[in-house]
Amino acid sequence: MDTVVDMAKAIKIQAKDVNVFYGEKQALNNVSIDIEDRSVTAFIGPSGCGKSTFLRCFNRMNDVIPSCRVEGSIMMGDVDVNSLQTDPVLLRARIGMVFQKPNPFPKTIFENVAYGPRIHGLAQSKTELDDMVEDSLKKAGLWGEVADRLADQATGLSGGQQQRLCIARAIAVGPDVLLMDEPCSALDPIATSVIEELISELQQRFTILIVTHSMQQAARVSQKTAYFHLGTLVEYGDTKDVFTLPKNEQTEAYISGKIG
Amino acid sequence: MNNPIEMIQPDAETQARFEKIAQGLKKRHAASRRLKTYGIMAIVTAISFLAILLTTIISNGYTAIQQTELQITLTIPAEKLQYDDGAIDPVKARNFNWNGLIKKAFLAEFPDVTAMLDQRALGEILSKNAGYDLRRLIEAKGSIPVGETKVWIKTSDDVDMLMKGRLDRNLDEAQRRLSNQQIGWIDSLVADDRIRLVFNDTFFTAADSREPESAGVLGATVGSVMALFVTVLLALPVAVMAAVYLEYFAPPGRVTDFIEVNINNLAAVPSIVFGLLGLAVFLGFFGMPRSAPLVGGMVLALMTLPTIIIATRASIRAVPTSIRDAALGLGASRMQAAIDHILPLAAPGILTGTIIGIAQALGETAPLIMIGMVAFIVDVPATLTDPATALPVQIYIWSDSAERAFYERSSLAIMVLLTFLITMNISAVLLRRKFEKKW
Repeated sequence: MDTVVDMAKAIKIQAKDVNVFYGEKQALNNVSIDIEDRSVTAFIGPSGCGKSTFLRCFNRMNDVIPSCRVEGSIMMGDVDVNSLQTDPVLLRARIGMVFQKPNPFPKTIFENVAYGPRIHGLAQSKTELDDMVEDSLKKAGLWGEVADRLADQATGLSGGQQQRLCIARAIAVGPDVLLMDEPCSALDPIATSVIEELISELQQRFTILIVTHSMQQAARVSQKTAYFHLGTLVEYGDTKDVFTLPKNEQTEAYISGKIG
Repeated sequence: MNNPIEMIQPDAETQARFEKIAQGLKKRHAASRRLKTYGIMAIVTAISFLAILLTTIISNGYTAIQQTELQITLTIPAEKLQYDDGAIDPVKARNFNWNGLIKKAFLAEFPDVTAMLDQRALGEILSKNAGYDLRRLIEAKGSIPVGETKVWIKTSDDVDMLMKGRLDRNLDEAQRRLSNQQIGWIDSLVADDRIRLVFNDTFFTAADSREPESAGVLGATVGSVMALFVTVLLALPVAVMAAVYLEYFAPPGRVTDFIEVNINNLAAVPSIVFGLLGLAVFLGFFGMPRSAPLVGGMVLALMTLPTIIIATRASIRAVPTSIRDAALGLGASRMQAAIDHILPLAAPGILTGTIIGIAQALGETAPLIMIGMVAFIVDVPATLTDPATALPVQIYIWSDSAERAFYERSSLAIMVLLTFLITMNISAVLLRRKFEKKW
């Protein structure tokens, strides 16, 4: 596996020899990858290839699964994500996550966005909190739709709006990395295109890692693409290269629709 | 039928397969109809048993809602009860022979009854607590009526039973609680309109008594409420914390498995064992007061704990993991995720579980008997450490009493208990509906 790094971009996260086990079963095999700062990196591959598992390594969400064990190192600056000394709470404040199914809290729209800043004690006053909520909703492109009904239940929003609310909720904490686990798989094509545009905008401020089943989506939104197969990273490179000139036969077979 | 289109018929093999399925179909439908019938029969049986039970309780108990009273004309000697300024002297009032006054006035109305034994038989028509009742009446009024006054006095429980038709006049006199002579007197009083049935307010305002006409459920109800208050206060926080720990913090392993198994075991332990535990530990070792609602509540809390833990864990598990992931993904600690998001969503289930557990505890008798809440207590308890009894124990005590009048009172007490239980269960359903969130 050869990694070609564009020297114009700095490295944000460096994963080395990551192995993940569920009990006895190994889900990821020696995955090493360098993630570029302020870019979109897409993880693609057939179901069960370990791409979501790998994504959950970055903010230690695998800790929740009792049988799961993660080995190897993931360095983010000088923070070793996988180290026992690293507090997952602090880590998750730096790395936001958006899940496959929109999962707003069954509370008001305002409360959803305000929850993160509130638990981390980020706002000193009510006005500051209001500003943070407004700012996050604007960044998520939802402000115009919900500005006059912040006190409404979040569960009353449409699926696409809920997912953008989840993005607003994640960025309200002020992370520099965003993890997105198939964020559009539960949405219709129009809502999907809105989210994709949003991802392209957010890329200015955040390092985004996105798991997707749609190769078109990966091609549209990402600068880098990593192809996973059966728990191994098969190919990683610039998106345009991976999609036009795949170096690996498996990658080519997947991209051209022969497998997957 | 003239079908212009030539339809393709399935081949012989398929045809044969269909026919085979069709043959078995009748049997299958019959089986499902049979099962449906069994189900309906089971439900009808259950409902009819319930109806029989309720009918028995109500037909036995409804008469206890009334109490027989007798009108007596008497003159209260004000000078023996008052201070010089006319106010009632409580000491004098307490020492005054009220029973004697009432009996004398009553006997005076039957001048031809002179023999000692006959006079005693006549006096048996009156309640033994008539004097006490009259004193309370006068004290509540605050002034003593001047001259001859007509007052309504409770009759004895035997007269009460006769008036309610629960004493068989045709029975042989020797086997009857009232003699022919007594019944004659009572009939003459009825003819004079001097016997009436009124609402039995004593039943709802008094504690236990040796005399059925003076006995009530208030003492037992207050005792039950106090005990259940202690139960909720102890069991709910402990059970919820235990459930949260087991669901979110306990490392999977042998110790956790052991705890889990034993919580389920605890739920199946007979309640009397908890009573014995309370007797040995709370009374014996810690020297806590006997018959106290505090100890009763503690014992019932032990008994209710596993029920609430199991209900809480089930409702925590029913909260979608996506909510937990959302909170954790934002950097909430496990405790914050549990308290801010999961417990509020699980609250309706926890509430229902708690109310069901408390309802169970309300009906529990055995453990309370072990810690002495079975005592005969004539005062309504005022604090958690006062001796008290509980509703089911009161029912048990009364149903064991010899007097017929206690029998109807125990049925009425059962109705009171059932009212509490049904109210609690309905509120559980309503609260659950109110707080249930949909997403």
